Amino acid sequence: MKPLEGLVVLEFCQFLAGPSAGLKLADLGARVIKIERPVKGEACRQLSIKDLFVDDSSLLFHTINRNKESFAADLKNSDDLALVKKLIGKADIMTHNFRPGVMEKIGLAFDDVKTINSKIIYGVVTGYGEKGPWAGKPGQDLLVQSLSGLTWLSGKKSQPPVPFGLAVADLMCGNHFTQGILAALLKRAKTGKGVFVEVSLLESILDVQFEIITTYLNNEKKLPERGAIQGSAHTLLSAPYGIYKTQQGYIALAMGDLQHIGKIIGVDLDQFQDKALWFSSRDTIRQILVDQLLSNTADNWIELLNKNGIWCGKVMNYNELGNQKFVRDLQLKQTVRNTDNIALTTTRSPIQLDGKLLLHSKAAPKVGEDNQKIHQSFLND
Amino acid sequence: MKPLEDYLVIDFSQFLSGPSASLRLADLGARVIKIEKPDTGDICRTLYTSDLIMNGESSVFHTINRNKESFAIDFKEADGLLKIKKLIAKADVMMHNFRPGVMERIGLSYEEVLEINPKIIYAAISGYGNHPDLKSLPGQDLLLQSMTALTWLTGNQEDGPVAMGLSIVDMLAGAHLTQGILASLYRKTIHNTGALVEVSMLDSAFDFQFETITTYFNDGGELPVRTKNNNAHAYLGAPYGIYQTQNGYLALAMGSIPVLAELLQCNELLAFPENKFSLRDEIKTVLAQHLQTQNTEYWLGILEPADIWCANVLNYEQLFEEEGFKVLEFIQNVTMQDGYSYATTRCPIKIDGKIFTSSKGSPKLGQDNETIIKEFAL
Repeated sequence: MKPLEGLVVLEFCQFLAGPSAGLKLADLGARVIKIERPVKGEACRQLSIKDLFVDDSSLLFHTINRNKESFAADLKNSDDLALVKKLIGKADIMTHNFRPGVMEKIGLAFDDVKTINSKIIYGVVTGYGEKGPWAGKPGQDLLVQSLSGLTWLSGKKSQPPVPFGLAVADLMCGNHFTQGILAALLKRAKTGKGVFVEVSLLESILDVQFEIITTYLNNEKKLPERGAIQGSAHTLLSAPYGIYKTQQGYIALAMGDLQHIGKIIGVDLDQFQDKALWFSSRDTIRQILVDQLLSNTADNWIELLNKNGIWCGKVMNYNELGNQKFVRDLQLKQTVRNTDNIALTTTRSPIQLDGKLLLHSKAAPKVGEDNQKIHQSFLND
Repeated sequence: MKPLEDYLVIDFSQFLSGPSASLRLADLGARVIKIEKPDTGDICRTLYTSDLIMNGESSVFHTINRNKESFAIDFKEADGLLKIKKLIAKADVMMHNFRPGVMERIGLSYEEVLEINPKIIYAAISGYGNHPDLKSLPGQDLLLQSMTALTWLTGNQEDGPVAMGLSIVDMLAGAHLTQGILASLYRKTIHNTGALVEVSMLDSAFDFQFETITTYFNDGGELPVRTKNNNAHAYLGAPYGIYQTQNGYLALAMGSIPVLAELLQCNELLAFPENKFSLRDEIKTVLAQHLQTQNTEYWLGILEPADIWCANVLNYEQLFEEEGFKVLEFIQNVTMQDGYSYATTRCPIKIDGKIFTSSKGSPKLGQDNETIIKEFAL
C-alpha cells in the first residue's frame, strides 16, 4: 500500500511551491483536497505558458495539480468558512502560502486551527520567512534567485548575472516542504500533538547553494567566479568540467584525469601535470579542449571517450530525448484523464516504492468538482 | 524533540546525492553513520570537488557531511561484512548510491538485507535506474543535465547549451530520496513494514522539468526557445528577466507593459500595448536600453511602491549585509572532533517555530570506529 494512504491534506496553497508539495503527497498516497475560491478557483488556473489550456484551466495548473480533488469555498463567507473548519477537524495536514497576516484575519491561523484539531500538521510557505524587512516582499522565483546570489553561478565570467531557466526556488522549496510535512507526521506519531512546519523560498534556494556558500565563508570571502570560457558549468570545479561544442552537436565532460583525457583526444597537456593547475589554469586548459573538440563530431568523441572510461555524455534537446527508447521503457511519461475523459500526457513521481512506480491516472479537478463527495465523506454528521 | 530522534541511518553513499539526503535526516534528528572505505573514504573527501581544502579535506565534503559519524571498514572482506551486517540489523534506514549490481555482488542486496532486518527502509539512488542501456553510465550531475535537455533552458538564445551552475540533479535526487525514506518511516509507524525506496537522477531531472516537459508533450513537440537577451525562462513573456542598470542589475518578474511604460517613463514601450509573446525580444531590448539610464535603487524606488514584482540582484557579499538575510540566522558554526571550526549553512526547514542547528562538524575518516564497535558489540 502507498505510504500516505488514509491521510487527508487540505491545500490552501496557490501557484507552484506549495502545490508541488501537495502533488508529491498525493503521489505517495494521501488524499489531497484543494480549497479553492468558487468559480475562478486557484490563481494558477489562469496562469498559462504558450497559452495552453485544458478544460478551462492552464496546462501549467494541470501539471502541478493532477491527482488532487477540489472543494470550492469562499473563506470570506461565514457558512463556507464553517464547512471548511469542519473539514479541518477531519484533516491530517493543511498547507497555505498566503502572505503573513492573511490566515490570522480569516481565523485560520495555527492557533485557531489547533482548537478545532489538536493533531493538525499546519504547513506554511513564505517567500522570505515571517519576520524582517523582506517578509512582505512578493515571494516570486526570479526575485528570490536574484537576491540569493544564485545568478552569479551559471554562464561565463564576462556575462551579466544568469538566472536558472526554471522556477528552481519554488521547486526546491516544495521539496523541502514535503520533507518537513513528512517529518512532522513522524513527530506527531510520537507526541500525538499538532505540528507547525515552515519553509521559505529564500532559505530553500540558499540550501541549494550550501557547498558554494560554505566555500565562500571559509575562503576569505572570495566570491565564486565563473569560468571565462563558453560552456563553463560550475564555479568550484576544475578543468575539464563543462560543455563543449563539436563539429556536430555538443558534449559534456565531467570531472576526470586531464592527462588521460589529453592523450585520448590528441592534445598535449604535459605542462599541466600539477593538479593544482587544473583549477587555477582551467580557462587555458578548457580553451585547448575547445579547439580540439571542434575537430570531430559529438558521437565520435563520445564513443572514443566512453571506450576509455571518461565521464562524458551527449547534450540532448527535448526532441532527441523524447526519441530515446529508455523514455518509454522507464515509463517516464504517464497519461492522466479528467472526468470529461480528456487525456493529457505528463511526467510521473520520481520516487519508486517496493519496486513499483507511483502512477496515477487522475487529472487535475475542475473547481469544486468534489464538493458533493467531500460533503458525503466528511460533513454529513 | 527532533522528529527523527532515535532513528539510526547507515549511509554507504558517496559524493552529493545520497549524502545530501542523509544530511537532511541528520538535521531532522537521526543518527547517521557513514560507512567508508579505509584509507580513502568517501571520494568526495579528496577528489576534484573544490579548490578549497579545509583541515585536509575538500570544502564540499565538510558542507555535506557535518552532523554525521564515520565508520571506516572494508566490507568487501568477510570480517568487515559481518560487522556491517550486525550494524544493519540495528538500523532503521540504510542507503547507498552505488551503480546497480554493486550491492548485489557484495552481498548487501535488498533481499539479503531483509534477512538480517525485515523492517528496514532500504534506499538507493542510481543515475538511470536499472535500464540495460544506461545502468553502466556514470550518474554524474552535468551528464544528467545534458542528457535531459535541462541545458537549453538557461542563458540566452545564442549561448548554446548552458548548465545550471551547481549540481542541481544530485540535490533533487537527494531530496526525493529523503521524501521516500520519510514516507516509508511514517508507514512503518502505522503498519510496521519496511520498504525499498529507489530514486534515479534521470527521474528526478524529469520531475524538475515537469512543467516544461509537459508543455513540450502537449504543444506538438515544439522546442523551448530562450529570448535573445535577458532570458530568465524560455516560456515566459516580457519583461521576465534580469536587466543591467547604471550601477548594477534589476530583476523584473512581471508588469503590464503600458503600466511599466508610464512608471519608467519609457515612451518606446508604448508601442507594445498588448504585450504579445511573439514580440518579447523587442520589448526586452527596449527595456534593457532604458533601464541602463538610472541606477537600481532609483528603479526599485519607483516600481516597488507600485507593487511591480522586482528585486535587486545581489552577490553573497551584498546579501549577507542585508537585514532580510540576517534575521534568518542561516549561517551556523560547526566544530570537528579535533577542534577545527567552520561556518556553513543550516537546514532550511523549521518545525514548531524552531530552526534546526547542530554544532557537530564533519567526521574524520573512521573517527567513530571504536565507539561504534563497542556500542553495537561488533
